[in-house]
Amino acid sequence: MRSSARSLLLTLPALAVFSAFWLLPMARLCAVGASGPQGIAAYWLVLVDPRYMRSLLATVALSVAVTLAALVVSGFTGFFLQRQRFPGRTLLVALLSFPLAFPGVVVGFLVILLAGRQGLLAAVTEWLTGDRLVFAYGMGGLFMGYLYFSIPRTILTVMANVEKLDPSLEEAARTLGASPLQVMTDVILPALMPALIAAGAICFATSMGAFGTAFTLATQIDVLPITIYNEFTNYANFSIAAVLSLILGLVTWLALALARQLTGTQAAAAA
Amino acid sequence: MRALPALRFQLQLALALATAAFMIVPVVVSVLAGVTENYFVGWRSGLTLRWLSEVWAMYQSTVWLSLRIAMACVVVTALIGLPAAYVLCRHATRATRLLEELLVLPVAVPGLATALALILTYGRWQALRTSWLFILVGHVLFTLPFMTRACLAVLAAIDLDALEEAAATLGAGFGERFRTVVVPNAMPGIVAGALTVLTLSVGEFNLTWMLHTPLTQTLPVGLADSYASMRLEIASAYTLIFLLMLLPLLVGVQVVARRFVAGSR
Repeated sequence: MRSSARSLLLTLPALAVFSAFWLLPMARLCAVGASGPQGIAAYWLVLVDPRYMRSLLATVALSVAVTLAALVVSGFTGFFLQRQRFPGRTLLVALLSFPLAFPGVVVGFLVILLAGRQGLLAAVTEWLTGDRLVFAYGMGGLFMGYLYFSIPRTILTVMANVEKLDPSLEEAARTLGASPLQVMTDVILPALMPALIAAGAICFATSMGAFGTAFTLATQIDVLPITIYNEFTNYANFSIAAVLSLILGLVTWLALALARQLTGTQAAAAA
Repeated sequence: MRALPALRFQLQLALALATAAFMIVPVVVSVLAGVTENYFVGWRSGLTLRWLSEVWAMYQSTVWLSLRIAMACVVVTALIGLPAAYVLCRHATRATRLLEELLVLPVAVPGLATALALILTYGRWQALRTSWLFILVGHVLFTLPFMTRACLAVLAAIDLDALEEAAATLGAGFGERFRTVVVPNAMPGIVAGALTVLTLSVGEFNLTWMLHTPLTQTLPVGLADSYASMRLEIASAYTLIFLLMLLPLLVGVQVVARRFVAGSR
């Protein structure tokens, strides 16, 4: 009894901060969602409004595409870097993990430097073909930015999990006549699957909810965080903004919870 | 027969190099643009520190505010996170697991949603709304799970039971045990957690953009402002200052990670 009273006392500060500044505000957000001219029906109306639905679907599609691309690139690269030893490997790993701490805004700026109007790609393509390739200020730029954001953390996750694999299993499969492709799909991939699912869920959730990159590239891209931001600040449409952010929060939370159910590992979205 | 594995190695190496180029080339371009007299002319226009000093004059306050918030964030998350981690470690019940789940929610839900909720609930309290503490609140919510997890990882790896029992046999009350046994033993976790919290707080934008006011601009908020309205050289020089701030934190994370791994072996 004394021990459980003490436990409560020790967790009280964290619990108090969480309740006062997250739980209570979230409850308020739910209430504001139902406070618009349509009342509680706003929750339903948003889902059938083609404008918001399109924004939601576009965001989901973009996030799925980023997740798949990040998993493929990081899967191969991470496996390679963990298994092979060659001069310059440590430097390569350092270069790939350095951008881990860049916030979305900075990533957006880097995308502009690469694919913007005065970007590197524009200069190179003009020199090669005479046409300037510019795609930073739309979905293409956003895809590039989220991929940039996702690659470092996914590579590190893959490397950490490849280290735990037992190479003798692959050896055994090869001895039994398995082709490299079969070794990959039947031995390596199943063993890495929990890590890939967890890392993929994080990529997906971060791409769904990220705001900084889209904000830097253009405030007119039709993705959900930008839609919410515009509804809130430009149109003062608080109830719609509240409903949309609750839907967004639910989607990212579900993705992470589902990944955890499937793999039994802790997953949380990155910054 | 030998040629195929060699080809496979080269293809994978090419992919790794291409990925590394994708990650690093824009950073190099940004750094160069920040110290080039005129980016559109190229480096033939000469190198300069002029943009860096202009950025410093214009945006210095954002650097100090970000550092202040990050430090305060470390102190608050350590003070409320370590006791929570201790309970999570000592009493793994359904209630404490639920607590762990709850504390992660502000990370699982996008910062934009949390920020809107905070504004709609506390936005009318002008004193709080216009204070840097409003941003601190958001950062604490967002970073607390990382501090708790780092402390928990360290506490779970030591035999806390035996240590505490020994201290209790020697007559130490709970307060004294916590101070002299738990805190020193959790120190590697607190340090690792602090570095993560510093890094996250200094770079946080999703919450901060909504929570800031013209008088409480943090570094990433200033960056977004410079990206939107300043010339490319200024924006790049500002980014360079931000990268220079991140660098010691990242090196610190590496050093601590290595020492912790070495220590536990």
